[in-house]
Order: sequence, then C-alpha cells, then structure tokens
Amino acid sequence: MRHIISVLMENEPGALSRVVGLFSQRGYNIESLTVAATEDPTLSRMTVTTKGDDTVIEQITKQLNKLIDVVKLVDLTEGAHIERELILIKIKATGAQRAEVKRTSDIFRGQIVDVTPSMYTVQLTGSSDKLDAFIEAIGTQAILEVVRSGVSGIARGERVLSI
Amino acid sequence: MEQLSGGEMIMRALRDEGVKLVFGYPGGAVLHIYDAFYRQSDVEHILVRHEQAGVHAADGYARATGEVGVALVTSGPGATNAITGIATAYMDSIPLVVISGNVATHLIGSDAFQETDMIGCSRPIVKHSFLVRSIEEIPEIMKKAFHIARTGRPGPVVVDVPKDMTAPAEKRPFVYPETVKLRSYTPAMKGHAGQVRKAVELLLDAKRPVIYAGGGVILGDASDELRAISRHLGYPVTNTLMGLGAYPGTDPQFIGMLGMHGFYEANQAMHQADVIFAVGARFDDRVTNNPKKFCPNARIIHIDIDPASIQKTVRHIEVPLVGPVKAVLADMIDVLKQTPDTSDKEALASWWATINGWRDQHGLWTGDRYQRGEKIMPQDVIKTLYEVTAGDAFICSDVGQHQMFAAQYYKYDHPRRWINSGGLGTMGFGLPAAMGVQLAHPGATVAVVTGEGSIQMCIEELSTCTQYNMPIKIINLNNAALGMVKQWQDMQYGGRYAASTYQDSLPDFVKLAEAYGHVGMKVTNPADLKASMEAAFALKDRLVFMDIVVDPDEHVYPMHIATGSMKDMLLSKTERT
Ligand SMILES: Cc1ncc(C[n+]2csc(CCOP(=O)(O)OP(=O)(O)O)c2C)c(N)n1
Ligand SMILES: [Mg+2]
Repeated sequence: MRHIISVLMENEPGALSRVVGLFSQRGYNIESLTVAATEDPTLSRMTVTTKGDDTVIEQITKQLNKLIDVVKLVDLTEGAHIERELILIKIKATGAQRAEVKRTSDIFRGQIVDVTPSMYTVQLTGSSDKLDAFIEAIGTQAILEVVRSGVSGIARGERVLSI
Repeated sequence: MEQLSGGEMIMRALRDEGVKLVFGYPGGAVLHIYDAFYRQSDVEHILVRHEQAGVHAADGYARATGEVGVALVTSGPGATNAITGIATAYMDSIPLVVISGNVATHLIGSDAFQETDMIGCSRPIVKHSFLVRSIEEIPEIMKKAFHIARTGRPGPVVVDVPKDMTAPAEKRPFVYPETVKLRSYTPAMKGHAGQVRKAVELLLDAKRPVIYAGGGVILGDASDELRAISRHLGYPVTNTLMGLGAYPGTDPQFIGMLGMHGFYEANQAMHQADVIFAVGARFDDRVTNNPKKFCPNARIIHIDIDPASIQKTVRHIEVPLVGPVKAVLADMIDVLKQTPDTSDKEALASWWATINGWRDQHGLWTGDRYQRGEKIMPQDVIKTLYEVTAGDAFICSDVGQHQMFAAQYYKYDHPRRWINSGGLGTMGFGLPAAMGVQLAHPGATVAVVTGEGSIQMCIEELSTCTQYNMPIKIINLNNAALGMVKQWQDMQYGGRYAASTYQDSLPDFVKLAEAYGHVGMKVTNPADLKASMEAAFALKDRLVFMDIVVDPDEHVYPMHIATGSMKDMLLSKTERT
C-alpha cells in the first residue's frame, strides 16, 4: 500500500542524505520526496511517499525514528489528510489541439502560465491521482516536458506535527 | 575563558570523557591533533600497524570494559581503512568514537590529496556522524559523539575533522559542556509498566519456557538481573553467540548457545517452547533459521532498547517491551516478587526432564560428539584451553570454524569475556581486539582463538604487541584451509574446494612470531597438546603464538539445515534430526 510519511528533522547538512541513504540501504522504495525548511529555520519538513506491506512500513517508520536527525514523524495515510502535488507541464498546442488543451486544463482547474504560438505550459495542483489523470487526458503524444514537485501532505483537523 | 586550538580541544574532550587510551595512526590531516596529543599526558596513544586494527582494538577495549573505545585516523586511506572496523562495531552495537582527519575545509570537494568523503563512506555503518564546520563547535560535537555512542543502543560515531579546524594558531574559548541537548534523541530509560506486568503474567503462565538472552544483556550490563530473574523462575536459559557469558556457562540452568551452530538441546527447546522470553536479542537470521518456521507454538516476550528490533524478522511478538534490559528486568523482578507464584511446577519439572533427555542424547558437554583420529581435534584444543586457563581467560575470536568451536566448547561464566565479531563476521578481528582487551586488563589472561586464514588478516599487529609488551596467547587452529568455506563446499558443492586452500604457501608461524620478537610453538601431536599449552600460558609476560595443527577434515556441528526451523539440524556428517 502507498503511504505518505511526514518527517520533522533537524535542518542540518547531511540530514537529508541520511534519510535517502536509509531508504536505499534497506531496500525501501521512494516514490517521491519533498523537503524544505519550516517556519522554524532549525527544522525541515520532509514528505516521503513510499510503498510497502505493513512489515516494511513499520520498519521504515522505526528506522527513520532511529536517525538522530529525525525529531518526529507521522504516517499521514493512517488518518484523514490532505495531499497535494504540483505539476508544470509543457504541451504541444497547435491548430485544433490548442483549444482542446485549454479545455482539458480548465476541466482539471489548471492554469496556463506560459504561452508560445506552438505550446502551453500548464500548472496544476492536486493529489497525485489527479495529476496522473491529467497526464493521461493530455496524452503522451502532446507532452513536451513534465515536472512534478512530489507530494506534500498535512493531516486534516486539529492534529499537527510539531515539536 | 581558556583559549585552545581545535586539536587541544579534542584532547581535552577525551580527557573529560575519561578516555585513557586512543588507538591510532598518524597522517597529514591529523598532525595538528597528534601534536596536541604529544603535549599532554592524560591520554595514552597506542600506535597500531593498520587503521582497521586500530578500530578493532578500540572495539575490543569497549567490549571488555563497557566504556567507549576511541580510534584516531587520518584522511583518505586512513579513513577508508577504518571502515571495516566501524562496520564490525556497528553490527554488534559497540560504542566507539572514531575521529578522522579530513582535508582543509576549502579543499573539500576538490579531489584534494587524500580526500575522502568519510561522512558519506561511513554513513550506512555509523550510529551518527559529525563533520566539524567551525572550531567553536568542537566541544559540543565531542560531547554529543560520546553521549550518542554510549547511550540507547550503543554504536560507533564518526567525527570528521578538516585539518584547518585543528590549526595550532587558531585558538577559541573552550568549555566542555556538562549536559547534552538533543531534542531528536531520547532513548527509553524504562519499560512500560503495563507491559512489564503482562510479561510477568505470561512468564508465570508458561509450561515450556525458554529464556533467550543476547548481546544486549552484556551491552546493557544486565547479567546480574538476568541471573536473578532466571534463578527466581528456574527456567532454562540459552545465550546467543553475542550473549555468551550473559548467563553463566557452567550453571545447570544454562542449556547452551542456540542458533545455526547452537546446541541440540537449546534449539529443540526453542522450537518446542510455549513461551519465549527474548532479552536483548534480535532474532538474527543466524538464530532463527527460517523465520516463517520459527517457534510456531511460542508466545513471545521481547525486551529491546531498539524499537526497530522488535517485530523486524519474527512478527508474532505478544509482549514487546522497549527499554534498557537492566531497568526492565529489575522492574520485572519487583513485580514477580509481589506476585503469587502461580507457575506450573509440575509442567516445569517435566520440561526439564525433556531438556535433560536432549542434553544426554546429543549435548556437546554430556559426551564426545566427534571422532578422534591421529590428529589433534579442534574441539579438544578449546577444551584444553578451558582447562589450562581454568575458564578464567578473555577469549577473543576470529571468524570461521575455530570461532564456532570456541563458542561451543569454552564455558563463559562472566559477561565481556567472549569477544567476537558476531554480526559482521570480520576475519582479522581477533588479534587487534585482544590488544584492546589486554590493555584494558593488563594482568588478565587474554587468548586469541584464530585460524591460519583469519590471523593473516591483521598479523602485522604482532609488531604492535611487541612495542607495548602485550602478553597475548594466540591459539591458531591450523587446518591449512579456510575451514568454514571448505565445510560449505563439502556440504553443498561436492567437495570442490574453490579458493579455500593455500597449496603449501602458509608461512612458518613459529619463525614469524619469533621474527616479531615473540615465542612461537608448533604442536602436532595430541599427546603434547596440554603440556604445550600449559607451557605457553606459564610464560606470563610473553606473547606466545601456538600454531596447532588440527584435523583438516573436521566440520562444525550441530548445524541448522537451511530454510528449516530451529529444530532442523545436522548433528554430524551422517546424522540429522
Ligand atoms: C574479511 C572476511 N573475508 C571473508 C570471510 C568469509 N569467511 C568466513 S569463515 C572463512 C574462513 C576462515 O578461515 P580460518 O581463519 O582459517 O578459520 P577456519 O574456518 O579454518 O577455522 C572465510 C573466508 C569473512 N568472514 N571475513
Ligand atoms: Mg583455517
């Protein structure tokens, strides 16, 4: 099953490489990874999406917790949560295709953020599923370039991950 | 405030941590530190002959004392040579601080002479590491390094120090911190009270219990508590390879080592048990055999300081208990004393009768389970060693058949007496580890049990032993082959000895020992074994290298049958369970 693990860690050089190293060293998979400092500059917030059965996910969270740099973590998928990913996508847009791309992007609530006579660059946020669906709707033929941010997530309601 | 250079700060931190010995090897990147070393007298430096050995020696020192071992190496090749030692300590959770030099900060990343990314190289095999980025932070980094190494589940910590951080002219204020602030690192100090009660209830409910104690009991200094609770309950105790000595080998409740080369009675008892009490043991694959077939009827209690060890391989843990073994066992003993003894004495008596039956049938200490021929049997060497040293030596082992014989046939009555690389299985560990042990306990009898293969992996340390007068006794079980490899080739590859023999290229170990200024002895006749060994151990102030020619065809038994359960074992070349 897919899990979204959110990690608060020391904003120190080397901390990220320890986390990434842990995943490769122990054969865990990383589907996406995002990381940036929080409102407290001494802390970074990292979101990892990974896949594995219960045994693997239990080990991932325990091994992450064992890293000295990791302050706290939560498996967001254990409760209600919001997940968002950003995509920037360059799409061929000529002739009849041009209107079609615009229509599809409107349906997905995308924004056209750059234009040339032959292409659109569309920005879109949502769950990874939604972004996948958009890519499929556009079709690989028309796609020139795709950049995805990886997933960021936060728990619903009052629950917070903080120290 | 006192002004010190980075090199002086490191020395002062070592002194303030109570470090007495540092094992090291100099080079360009650490020369400032070495100069600071020279100008103080609190900490002694031991010059090894190879950085791998330096780390093993610090490791042996740590295993024998429970204190943090310290090694100092230069950048580049010094650092990479230390890697095997660090990995060895990591796998066995040994507290070490390894200080490595690095090129000056402005050169990092430029492929400078003797530059290695030590933080990167060592990352998967350290508990934590620090790269020193400013001289001011050295005291705090040193404090944290020692704290992290010795607390929780212990482990090696690397402190990588660029050369400019130790420049003699760059003085900064020095105050050694009294406490450590680490918001992200708070190892458990006690077990959960509710879980402690559940554990006690389950223990009292047992009809066929086994106490399975591992290296965590030794690391956590909990041998006394283990003895107390085991004797209170009267239950059988087995130790892992890393746990030997945690429970006394000569105690009647001790049913031997368990696992791949474990005792028949221990492995049988585990498999048939209805309750297993795992104490500071981690269900290693060399213990469990196939985890899916592991102890199918057992309800399991597991104490470990590391939450990640719980349910890692064996999933059916009924009562997990995260905490230091010493504190958890003490709490359990308290609860036990306040609880009416509802244990089933009749069931226990019949369980003991069954176990004693297994002991009589195939136990390694209830009869000779191997055939003697013309040659010296390796098992007899260990038995003789046990007699000659009256069971009171520190036994430092290398890796191979000789290691398993030393684990099986020497009875360890005290913790920290059996020193071996269990997790990584590092050939070459024995002699340097013994140096650390001997320096920690100068008056003690320290023996290395090794093979002609392993001893050649750190044999240069014979020179270090000369320099510092270490009267270690080396017991070389010379079977003229990489015996453990050859055993597997006999069993699984039709006796095709690919690269496991040396074709008469072995050195004359007696001459070699003599060349280093030591005493060499060669023993080939079983009739001479005991007298020669007595003579060797009588030379109290000399290193003696005993080259003992043993039967080259002997295998280690019992041995787990791969993919089977704990009870599936080969008992000899012809018998199986
Ligand atoms: C550094 C290292 N390389 C290879 C091995 C694999 N290995 C395990 S036991 C063994 C043979 C050891 O030979 P020896 O020291 O003579 O001991 P014996 O088994 O003959 O008693 C080897 C090669 C190892 N454990 N460590
Ligand atoms: Mg050999």
